Amino acid sequence: MTHKRPDGRKSDELRKMSAKVGVVPNADGSAMFAFGDTVAIAAVYGPRLLHPQHMQDPSTGILRVNYDLLSFSVSDRKKPGPNRRAQEISKVTEWALLPVLELKEFPNTVIDVQIYIIQADAGTRTAGINAASLALAHAGIPMKDLVCSVAVGKQDKELIVDLSKEEEDFEEGEGATDFPIAKIANKDAFTLVQLDGKISPDLVPEALSIAAKACEKVYDVQKKALKDEVEREAKG
Amino acid sequence: MAMDIANLTKERLKAMFAEGKRFDGRKLDELRELEIETDISNKAEGSARVRLGKTEVLVGIKLGPGEPYPDSPERGNLTVSAELMPIASPRYQAGPPEFNGIELPRLVDRAIRESKMIDLDKLCIKAGEKVWTVYIDIFPINDDGNLIDAANIAALVALKIARVPEITKEGKVDHDKEAKDKLPLSKDIAPVSFSFFKLGNSIIVDPTREEAEACDARITFGLSKSKDKYLINSCQKKGEAYFTGEELAKMSSMLPDLYEQVNEKLKKFL
Repeated sequence: MTHKRPDGRKSDELRKMSAKVGVVPNADGSAMFAFGDTVAIAAVYGPRLLHPQHMQDPSTGILRVNYDLLSFSVSDRKKPGPNRRAQEISKVTEWALLPVLELKEFPNTVIDVQIYIIQADAGTRTAGINAASLALAHAGIPMKDLVCSVAVGKQDKELIVDLSKEEEDFEEGEGATDFPIAKIANKDAFTLVQLDGKISPDLVPEALSIAAKACEKVYDVQKKALKDEVEREAKG
Repeated sequence: MAMDIANLTKERLKAMFAEGKRFDGRKLDELRELEIETDISNKAEGSARVRLGKTEVLVGIKLGPGEPYPDSPERGNLTVSAELMPIASPRYQAGPPEFNGIELPRLVDRAIRESKMIDLDKLCIKAGEKVWTVYIDIFPINDDGNLIDAANIAALVALKIARVPEITKEGKVDHDKEAKDKLPLSKDIAPVSFSFFKLGNSIIVDPTREEAEACDARITFGLSKSKDKYLINSCQKKGEAYFTGEELAKMSSMLPDLYEQVNEKLKKFL
Protein backbone atom coordinates (compact mmCIF):
# COMPACT_ATOMS: atom_id res chain seq x y z
CA MET A 1 0.00 0.00 0.00
CA THR A 2 1.54 3.27 -1.02
CA HIS A 3 0.27 6.71 -0.14
CA LYS A 4 0.63 9.55 -2.56
CA ARG A 5 2.83 12.30 -1.23
CA PRO A 6 0.79 15.48 -0.81
CA ASP A 7 3.05 17.44 -3.15
CA GLY A 8 3.27 14.59 -5.66
CA ARG A 9 6.95 13.79 -5.03
CA LYS A 10 8.43 10.33 -5.58
CA SER A 11 9.48 8.46 -2.43
CA ASP A 12 13.19 9.29 -2.96
CA GLU A 13 12.61 12.83 -4.18
CA LEU A 14 13.74 15.75 -2.08
CA ARG A 15 11.94 19.06 -2.04
CA LYS A 16 13.41 21.74 -4.28
CA MET A 17 16.67 22.76 -2.69
CA SER A 18 18.40 26.09 -2.90
CA ALA A 19 21.59 27.34 -1.35
CA LYS A 20 23.55 30.55 -1.35
CA VAL A 21 26.84 31.40 0.26
CA GLY A 22 27.71 34.82 1.68
CA VAL A 23 24.33 35.97 2.96
CA VAL A 24 25.64 37.74 6.09
CA PRO A 25 28.38 40.18 5.08
CA ASN A 26 29.55 40.83 8.65
CA ALA A 27 30.27 37.17 9.33
CA ASP A 28 33.48 35.31 8.53
CA GLY A 29 31.39 32.84 6.61
CA SER A 30 27.67 32.45 5.97
CA ALA A 31 25.11 30.57 3.94
CA MET A 32 21.43 29.98 3.30
CA PHE A 33 20.01 26.53 2.67
CA ALA A 34 16.39 25.70 1.84
CA PHE A 35 14.40 22.48 1.50
CA GLY A 36 11.17 23.69 -0.13
CA ASP A 37 9.50 26.05 2.34
CA THR A 38 12.05 25.43 5.09
CA VAL A 39 14.65 28.18 5.01
CA ALA A 40 17.74 28.26 7.24
CA ILE A 41 20.56 30.76 7.44
CA ALA A 42 23.87 30.18 9.19
CA ALA A 43 26.73 32.51 10.05
CA VAL A 44 30.21 31.70 11.35
CA TYR A 45 32.23 34.01 13.56
CA GLY A 46 35.76 32.93 14.42
CA PRO A 47 38.04 31.33 15.22
CA ARG A 48 38.35 34.03 17.84
CA LEU A 49 39.73 34.03 21.37
CA LEU A 50 37.26 32.43 23.75
CA HIS A 51 36.05 34.45 26.71
CA PRO A 52 35.88 33.97 29.65
CA GLN A 53 39.48 32.80 29.62
CA HIS A 54 38.90 29.85 31.95
CA MET A 55 36.74 28.22 29.29
CA GLN A 56 39.63 28.18 26.80
CA ASP A 57 41.15 24.85 25.83
CA PRO A 58 44.89 25.04 25.04
CA SER A 59 44.71 21.76 23.12
CA THR A 60 41.98 22.71 20.67
CA GLY A 61 39.50 25.25 19.40
CA ILE A 62 35.88 24.85 20.47
CA LEU A 63 32.79 24.72 18.30
CA ARG A 64 29.73 26.48 19.68
CA VAL A 65 26.45 26.18 17.79
CA ASN A 66 23.32 28.15 18.47
CA TYR A 67 20.20 27.02 16.62
CA ASP A 68 16.84 28.70 16.99
CA LEU A 69 13.55 29.33 15.23
CA LEU A 70 12.66 32.95 14.58
CA SER A 71 9.44 33.78 16.41
CA PHE A 72 7.46 34.21 13.18
CA SER A 73 8.86 31.13 11.41
CA VAL A 74 6.12 28.86 12.77
CA SER A 75 2.29 28.98 12.87
CA ASP A 76 1.98 29.68 16.60
CA ARG A 77 4.45 32.42 17.49
CA LYS A 78 7.52 30.98 19.20
CA LYS A 79 8.67 32.90 22.22
CA PRO A 80 12.10 34.32 21.33
CA GLY A 81 15.08 32.70 23.01
CA PRO A 82 16.28 29.10 23.12
CA ASN A 83 13.99 26.47 24.67
CA ARG A 84 15.08 22.92 25.47
CA ARG A 85 14.33 21.68 21.99
CA ALA A 86 16.54 24.39 20.50
CA GLN A 87 19.31 23.66 23.00
CA GLU A 88 19.22 19.99 22.07
CA ILE A 89 19.30 20.72 18.35
CA SER A 90 22.23 23.11 18.90
CA LYS A 91 24.11 20.30 20.64
CA VAL A 92 23.38 17.55 18.09
CA THR A 93 24.37 20.00 15.34
CA GLU A 94 27.75 20.54 17.03
CA TRP A 95 28.26 16.77 17.11
CA ALA A 96 27.19 16.51 13.48
CA LEU A 97 29.82 19.03 12.38
CA LEU A 98 32.76 18.26 14.69
CA PRO A 99 34.01 15.11 12.91
CA VAL A 100 35.01 17.11 9.81
CA LEU A 101 36.60 20.10 11.54
CA GLU A 102 40.32 20.53 12.23
CA LEU A 103 40.01 22.57 15.42
CA LYS A 104 43.36 21.51 16.89
CA GLU A 105 44.90 24.20 14.68
CA PHE A 106 43.21 26.91 16.73
CA PRO A 107 43.96 26.47 20.44
CA ASN A 108 42.12 28.65 22.95
CA THR A 109 39.62 29.83 20.37
CA VAL A 110 35.94 29.41 19.72
CA ILE A 111 34.14 29.13 16.42
CA ASP A 112 30.59 30.37 16.81
CA VAL A 113 27.98 29.07 14.41
CA GLN A 114 24.64 30.87 14.51
CA ILE A 115 21.75 29.11 12.80
CA TYR A 116 18.33 30.69 12.43
CA ILE A 117 15.24 29.31 10.78
CA ILE A 118 13.35 31.99 8.91
CA GLN A 119 10.53 29.80 7.64
CA ALA A 120 9.78 26.34 9.06
CA ASP A 121 8.11 23.47 7.22
CA ALA A 122 9.82 20.43 8.81
CA GLY A 123 13.46 19.53 8.33
CA THR A 124 14.76 22.63 10.08
CA ARG A 125 17.69 20.89 11.79
CA THR A 126 18.80 19.21 8.57
CA ALA A 127 18.55 22.48 6.59
CA GLY A 128 20.43 24.21 9.44
CA ILE A 129 23.26 21.67 9.32
CA ASN A 130 23.56 22.02 5.55
CA ALA A 131 23.72 25.81 5.87
CA ALA A 132 26.23 25.60 8.74
CA SER A 133 28.47 23.22 6.82
CA LEU A 134 28.52 25.67 3.90
CA ALA A 135 29.12 28.65 6.18
CA LEU A 136 32.12 26.91 7.81
CA ALA A 137 33.61 26.16 4.40
CA HIS A 138 32.96 29.75 3.32
CA ALA A 139 34.73 30.98 6.46
CA GLY A 140 37.80 29.00 5.40
CA ILE A 141 37.83 26.76 8.47
CA PRO A 142 39.98 23.69 7.67
CA MET A 143 37.53 20.85 6.96
CA LYS A 144 38.04 17.26 5.87
CA ASP A 145 34.80 17.33 3.90
CA LEU A 146 31.33 18.85 3.87
CA VAL A 147 28.55 17.49 6.07
CA CYS A 148 25.23 16.79 4.35
CA SER A 149 21.98 16.28 6.16
CA VAL A 150 18.51 15.07 5.29
CA ALA A 151 15.62 13.31 6.99
CA VAL A 152 14.39 9.93 5.94
CA GLY A 153 10.98 9.07 7.17
CA LYS A 154 8.16 6.69 6.99
CA GLN A 155 4.65 7.38 5.85
CA ASP A 156 2.74 4.37 7.16
CA LYS A 157 5.04 1.58 5.87
CA GLU A 158 6.80 3.36 3.06
CA LEU A 159 10.23 4.95 3.38
CA ILE A 160 10.37 8.49 2.00
CA VAL A 161 12.95 11.27 2.09
CA ASP A 162 12.79 14.89 3.24
CA LEU A 163 9.39 14.98 4.93
CA SER A 164 7.32 18.15 4.78
CA LYS A 165 5.33 19.29 7.81
CA GLU A 166 2.18 17.79 6.35
CA GLU A 167 3.94 14.43 5.96
CA GLU A 168 5.40 14.63 9.45
CA ASP A 169 1.86 14.96 10.82
CA PHE A 170 0.62 11.90 8.89
CA GLU A 171 -1.46 9.70 11.18
CA GLU A 172 -2.87 6.81 9.13
CA GLY A 173 -1.54 3.26 9.40
CA GLU A 174 1.81 3.19 11.18
CA GLY A 175 1.82 6.98 11.24
CA ALA A 176 4.88 9.06 10.49
CA THR A 177 8.48 8.46 11.46
CA ASP A 178 11.10 11.18 11.30
CA PHE A 179 14.66 9.91 10.99
CA PRO A 180 17.01 12.87 10.47
CA ILE A 181 20.62 12.00 9.73
CA ALA A 182 23.81 13.82 8.77
CA LYS A 183 26.67 12.23 6.91
CA ILE A 184 30.20 13.14 5.90
CA ALA A 185 29.83 13.68 2.14
CA ASN A 186 32.45 11.27 0.83
CA LYS A 187 32.64 8.80 3.69
CA ASP A 188 30.49 6.10 5.26
CA ALA A 189 30.23 8.15 8.45
CA PHE A 190 26.98 9.23 10.08
CA THR A 191 27.46 12.21 12.36
CA LEU A 192 23.85 12.88 13.34
CA VAL A 193 21.27 10.17 13.93
CA GLN A 194 17.95 10.99 15.53
CA LEU A 195 14.57 9.34 15.33
CA ASP A 196 10.99 9.82 16.43
CA GLY A 197 8.27 7.38 15.49
CA LYS A 198 8.60 3.69 14.80
CA ILE A 199 10.84 1.67 12.56
CA SER A 200 11.79 -1.98 12.67
CA PRO A 201 15.49 -2.59 13.41
CA ASP A 202 15.68 -4.61 10.15
CA LEU A 203 14.75 -1.51 8.15
CA VAL A 204 17.61 0.62 9.48
CA PRO A 205 20.20 -0.37 6.82
CA GLU A 206 17.75 0.39 3.99
CA ALA A 207 16.79 3.73 5.52
CA LEU A 208 20.46 4.66 5.87
CA SER A 209 21.22 3.79 2.28
CA ILE A 210 18.28 5.93 1.10
CA ALA A 211 19.56 8.76 3.29
CA ALA A 212 23.08 8.39 1.89
CA LYS A 213 21.74 8.67 -1.67
CA ALA A 214 19.72 11.76 -0.76
CA CYS A 215 22.84 13.27 0.84
CA GLU A 216 24.60 13.05 -2.51
CA LYS A 217 21.94 15.36 -3.94
CA VAL A 218 22.36 17.77 -1.04
CA TYR A 219 26.13 17.66 -1.64
CA ASP A 220 25.67 18.68 -5.28
CA VAL A 221 23.64 21.72 -4.25
CA GLN A 222 26.21 22.66 -1.60
CA LYS A 223 29.13 22.34 -4.03
CA LYS A 224 27.35 24.50 -6.59
CA ALA A 225 26.67 27.21 -4.02
CA LEU A 226 30.34 27.32 -3.03
CA LYS A 227 31.46 27.36 -6.65
CA ASP A 228 29.05 30.19 -7.49
CA GLU A 229 30.46 32.23 -4.63
CA VAL A 230 34.06 31.64 -5.71
CA GLU A 231 33.17 32.74 -9.23
CA ARG A 232 31.30 35.77 -7.95
CA GLU A 233 34.30 36.82 -5.85
CA ALA A 234 36.66 36.27 -8.77
CA LYS A 235 34.59 38.62 -10.88
CA GLY A 236 34.82 41.19 -8.07
CA MET B 1 32.18 13.18 26.71
CA ALA B 2 35.88 12.66 26.99
CA MET B 3 35.96 14.98 29.94
CA ASP B 4 37.42 14.53 33.37
CA ILE B 5 39.24 11.35 32.49
CA ALA B 6 43.00 10.85 32.28
CA ASN B 7 44.38 10.27 28.77
CA LEU B 8 46.18 7.28 30.21
CA THR B 9 42.93 5.62 31.33
CA LYS B 10 41.35 6.35 27.98
CA GLU B 11 44.22 4.75 26.07
CA ARG B 12 44.16 1.72 28.36
CA LEU B 13 40.41 1.29 27.89
CA LYS B 14 40.75 1.69 24.15
CA ALA B 15 43.37 -1.06 24.02
CA MET B 16 41.30 -3.35 26.25
CA PHE B 17 38.08 -2.82 24.28
CA ALA B 18 39.99 -3.65 21.09
CA GLU B 19 40.77 -7.02 22.69
CA GLY B 20 37.15 -7.41 23.76
CA LYS B 21 37.93 -6.91 27.46
CA ARG B 22 36.64 -4.57 30.17
CA PHE B 23 37.94 -3.59 33.63
CA ASP B 24 35.03 -5.35 35.33
CA GLY B 25 35.42 -8.53 33.32
CA ARG B 26 32.24 -8.10 31.27
CA LYS B 27 31.99 -8.76 27.56
CA LEU B 28 31.55 -5.65 25.38
CA ASP B 29 27.85 -6.43 24.83
CA GLU B 30 27.12 -7.55 28.38
CA LEU B 31 24.75 -5.58 30.62
CA ARG B 32 25.39 -5.15 34.33
CA GLU B 33 23.22 -6.74 36.98
CA LEU B 34 19.74 -5.18 36.90
CA GLU B 35 17.68 -4.85 40.08
CA ILE B 36 14.20 -3.40 40.19
CA GLU B 37 12.22 -2.38 43.25
CA THR B 38 8.78 -0.79 43.29
CA ASP B 39 6.70 1.39 45.63
CA ILE B 40 9.57 3.33 47.12
CA SER B 41 7.19 6.17 48.02
CA ASN B 42 3.57 5.65 49.07
CA LYS B 43 2.82 9.28 48.22
CA ALA B 44 3.61 8.75 44.55
CA GLU B 45 1.04 7.38 42.11
CA GLY B 46 3.72 4.92 41.08
CA SER B 47 7.42 4.67 41.86
CA ALA B 48 10.45 2.52 41.25
CA ARG B 49 14.12 2.17 42.05
CA VAL B 50 16.43 0.69 39.46
CA ARG B 51 19.99 -0.39 40.04
CA LEU B 52 22.14 -1.15 37.04
CA GLY B 53 25.46 -2.16 38.55
CA LYS B 54 26.31 0.74 40.84
CA THR B 55 24.07 3.17 38.99
CA GLU B 56 20.92 3.87 40.96
CA VAL B 57 17.98 5.95 39.86
CA LEU B 58 14.60 6.69 41.43
CA VAL B 59 11.53 7.51 39.40
CA GLY B 60 8.19 8.69 40.73
CA ILE B 61 4.95 9.24 38.87
CA LYS B 62 2.58 11.98 40.02
CA LEU B 63 -0.68 12.97 38.39
CA GLY B 64 -2.12 16.44 38.61
CA PRO B 65 -5.10 18.13 36.99
CA GLY B 66 -3.96 20.58 34.36
CA GLU B 67 -5.16 22.44 31.33
CA PRO B 68 -5.17 20.72 27.95
CA TYR B 69 -3.33 22.18 25.00
CA PRO B 70 -5.66 24.19 22.73
CA ASP B 71 -5.10 21.81 19.79
CA SER B 72 -5.92 18.68 21.85
CA PRO B 73 -8.72 19.64 24.28
CA GLU B 74 -9.39 16.05 25.38
CA ARG B 75 -5.86 14.73 25.62
CA GLY B 76 -3.82 14.39 28.80
CA ASN B 77 -0.29 15.72 29.07
CA LEU B 78 3.02 13.98 29.69
CA THR B 79 5.89 15.83 31.37
CA VAL B 80 9.25 14.22 32.05
CA SER B 81 11.81 15.94 34.22
CA ALA B 82 15.14 15.01 35.71
CA GLU B 83 17.19 16.55 38.44
CA LEU B 84 20.91 15.78 38.38
CA MET B 85 21.51 16.45 42.05
CA PRO B 86 24.98 16.79 43.56
CA ILE B 87 24.25 13.72 45.73
CA ALA B 88 24.64 11.41 42.76
CA SER B 89 28.03 12.31 41.37
CA PRO B 90 31.11 14.46 41.92
CA ARG B 91 30.36 15.72 38.41
CA TYR B 92 27.01 17.28 39.31
CA GLN B 93 26.65 20.78 40.65
CA ALA B 94 23.71 22.70 41.98
CA GLY B 95 22.31 25.36 39.69
CA PRO B 96 20.76 25.55 36.24
CA PRO B 97 20.81 22.26 34.33
CA GLU B 98 23.75 21.38 32.15
CA PHE B 99 23.05 19.75 28.83
CA ASN B 100 23.02 16.20 30.25
CA GLY B 101 20.21 17.24 32.59
CA ILE B 102 18.21 18.49 29.63
CA GLU B 103 18.90 15.53 27.36
CA LEU B 104 18.08 12.76 29.86
CA PRO B 105 14.39 13.62 30.37
CA ARG B 106 13.94 14.40 26.67
CA LEU B 107 15.20 10.95 25.71
CA VAL B 108 13.00 9.19 28.28
CA ASP B 109 10.05 11.32 27.15
CA ARG B 110 10.50 10.37 23.52
CA ALA B 111 11.01 6.64 24.14
CA ILE B 112 7.75 6.53 26.12
CA ARG B 113 5.69 9.01 24.11
CA GLU B 114 6.61 7.62 20.68
CA SER B 115 5.90 4.02 21.75
CA LYS B 116 2.29 5.14 22.42
CA MET B 117 2.37 3.18 25.66
CA ILE B 118 0.22 5.75 27.47
CA ASP B 119 -3.21 6.41 25.99
CA LEU B 120 -3.28 10.12 26.69
CA ASP B 121 -6.73 10.45 25.10
CA LYS B 122 -8.16 8.55 28.07
CA LEU B 123 -6.78 11.06 30.57
CA CYS B 124 -9.43 13.69 30.03
CA ILE B 125 -11.28 14.96 33.11
CA LYS B 126 -13.47 17.61 31.45
CA ALA B 127 -13.07 18.24 27.75
CA GLY B 128 -11.43 21.54 26.93
CA GLU B 129 -11.00 22.42 30.60
CA LYS B 130 -9.25 19.81 32.62
CA VAL B 131 -7.05 16.84 31.80
CA TRP B 132 -4.52 14.81 33.76
CA THR B 133 -0.88 15.67 33.44
CA VAL B 134 1.34 12.65 34.01
CA TYR B 135 4.61 13.75 35.62
CA ILE B 136 7.55 11.39 35.36
CA ASP B 137 10.25 12.68 37.69
CA ILE B 138 13.72 11.18 37.53
CA PHE B 139 16.22 11.46 40.38
CA PRO B 140 19.58 9.73 39.98
CA ILE B 141 20.98 8.72 43.38
CA ASN B 142 24.28 7.33 42.14
CA ASP B 143 25.50 7.90 38.60
CA ASP B 144 27.92 5.19 37.58
CA GLY B 145 27.15 5.48 33.91
CA ASN B 146 24.27 4.67 31.57
CA LEU B 147 21.76 6.73 33.46
CA ILE B 148 19.49 7.01 30.44
CA ASP B 149 18.82 3.28 30.11
CA ALA B 150 18.40 2.86 33.88
CA ALA B 151 15.98 5.80 34.03
CA ASN B 152 13.95 4.41 31.14
CA ILE B 153 13.47 1.09 32.91
CA ALA B 154 12.51 2.83 36.15
CA ALA B 155 10.02 5.08 34.35
CA LEU B 156 8.45 2.10 32.59
CA VAL B 157 8.00 0.11 35.80
CA ALA B 158 6.68 3.11 37.74
CA LEU B 159 4.13 3.80 34.99
CA LYS B 160 3.01 0.17 34.92
CA ILE B 161 2.07 0.20 38.60
CA ALA B 162 0.76 3.77 38.77
CA ARG B 163 -2.86 4.49 39.79
CA VAL B 164 -5.04 7.43 38.85
CA PRO B 165 -6.14 9.35 41.96
CA GLU B 166 -9.78 10.20 42.76
CA ILE B 167 -10.85 13.75 42.21
CA THR B 168 -13.03 16.00 44.45
CA LYS B 169 -16.12 17.90 43.31
CA GLU B 170 -13.98 21.04 43.19
CA GLY B 171 -11.71 19.31 40.72
CA LYS B 172 -8.77 18.77 43.06
CA VAL B 173 -6.94 15.52 43.75
CA ASP B 174 -8.61 13.70 46.66
CA HIS B 175 -5.70 12.42 48.71
CA ASP B 176 -8.03 10.78 51.24
CA LYS B 177 -9.57 8.34 48.80
CA GLU B 178 -7.69 5.31 47.64
CA ALA B 179 -6.66 5.45 44.00
CA LYS B 180 -7.99 2.36 42.28
CA ASP B 181 -7.85 2.84 38.52
CA LYS B 182 -4.71 1.96 36.68
CA LEU B 183 -3.25 4.37 34.16
CA PRO B 184 -4.63 3.82 30.64
CA LEU B 185 -1.66 1.91 29.26
CA SER B 186 -1.37 -0.29 26.24
CA LYS B 187 -0.85 -3.70 27.81
CA ASP B 188 1.66 -5.11 25.40
CA ILE B 189 3.89 -2.07 24.89
CA ALA B 190 6.94 -1.77 27.12
CA PRO B 191 9.47 0.76 25.89
CA VAL B 192 13.05 0.63 27.16
CA SER B 193 16.23 2.15 25.79
CA PHE B 194 19.65 0.85 24.88
CA SER B 195 22.69 3.06 24.59
CA PHE B 196 25.82 2.04 22.70
CA PHE B 197 29.14 3.77 23.29
CA LYS B 198 32.05 3.97 20.87
CA LEU B 199 35.76 4.24 21.64
CA GLY B 200 38.21 3.78 18.78
CA ASN B 201 36.55 1.12 16.67
CA SER B 202 34.96 -0.68 19.61
CA ILE B 203 31.35 -0.48 20.67
CA ILE B 204 30.17 -1.32 24.18
CA VAL B 205 26.85 -1.38 26.00
CA ASP B 206 25.95 -0.28 29.53
CA PRO B 207 29.19 1.55 30.36
CA THR B 208 30.33 2.48 33.83
CA ARG B 209 30.90 6.20 34.34
CA GLU B 210 34.62 5.76 33.66
CA GLU B 211 33.97 3.90 30.43
CA ALA B 212 31.34 6.41 29.30
CA GLU B 213 33.67 9.32 29.94
CA ALA B 214 36.38 7.70 27.86
CA CYS B 215 34.11 7.15 24.86
CA ASP B 216 33.86 9.50 21.88
CA ALA B 217 30.27 8.86 20.82
CA ARG B 218 27.03 7.45 22.12
CA ILE B 219 23.82 6.45 20.44
CA THR B 220 20.61 5.72 22.33
CA PHE B 221 17.74 3.73 20.85
CA GLY B 222 14.25 3.74 22.38
CA LEU B 223 12.85 0.28 21.69
CA SER B 224 9.46 -1.33 22.15
CA LYS B 225 7.87 -4.57 21.15
CA SER B 226 4.37 -4.82 19.85
CA LYS B 227 2.75 -8.09 18.75
CA ASP B 228 6.17 -9.76 18.66
CA LYS B 229 7.59 -7.03 16.43
CA TYR B 230 10.44 -4.89 17.66
CA LEU B 231 10.22 -1.18 16.91
CA ILE B 232 12.76 1.58 17.30
CA ASN B 233 10.72 4.56 18.52
CA SER B 234 13.45 7.07 19.17
CA CYS B 235 17.12 7.55 18.62
CA GLN B 236 19.79 10.11 19.35
CA LYS B 237 23.51 10.22 18.67
CA LYS B 238 25.85 12.15 20.92
CA GLY B 239 29.50 13.03 20.76
CA GLU B 240 32.24 14.18 18.48
CA ALA B 241 32.84 10.87 16.67
CA TYR B 242 30.67 9.23 14.01
CA PHE B 243 29.11 5.81 13.42
CA THR B 244 29.50 3.97 10.11
CA GLY B 245 26.48 2.49 8.34
CA GLU B 246 27.77 -0.97 9.21
CA GLU B 247 28.03 -0.09 12.90
CA LEU B 248 24.50 1.30 12.91
CA ALA B 249 23.17 -1.83 11.21
CA LYS B 250 25.03 -4.05 13.70
CA MET B 251 23.69 -2.17 16.72
CA SER B 252 20.15 -2.27 15.32
CA SER B 253 20.45 -6.04 14.91
CA MET B 254 21.61 -6.42 18.54
CA LEU B 255 18.52 -4.65 19.91
CA PRO B 256 16.05 -7.58 20.00
CA ASP B 257 18.38 -9.77 22.06
CA LEU B 258 19.18 -6.95 24.52
CA TYR B 259 15.46 -6.24 24.81
CA GLU B 260 14.72 -9.84 25.76
CA GLN B 261 17.44 -9.82 28.42
CA VAL B 262 15.90 -6.80 30.13
CA ASN B 263 12.38 -8.00 29.51
CA GLU B 264 13.14 -11.16 31.47
CA LYS B 265 13.65 -9.02 34.59
CA LEU B 266 10.70 -6.76 33.80
CA LYS B 267 8.09 -9.46 33.26
CA LYS B 268 6.76 -9.61 36.78
CA PHE B 269 6.02 -5.88 36.79
CA LEU B 270 4.26 -5.71 33.44
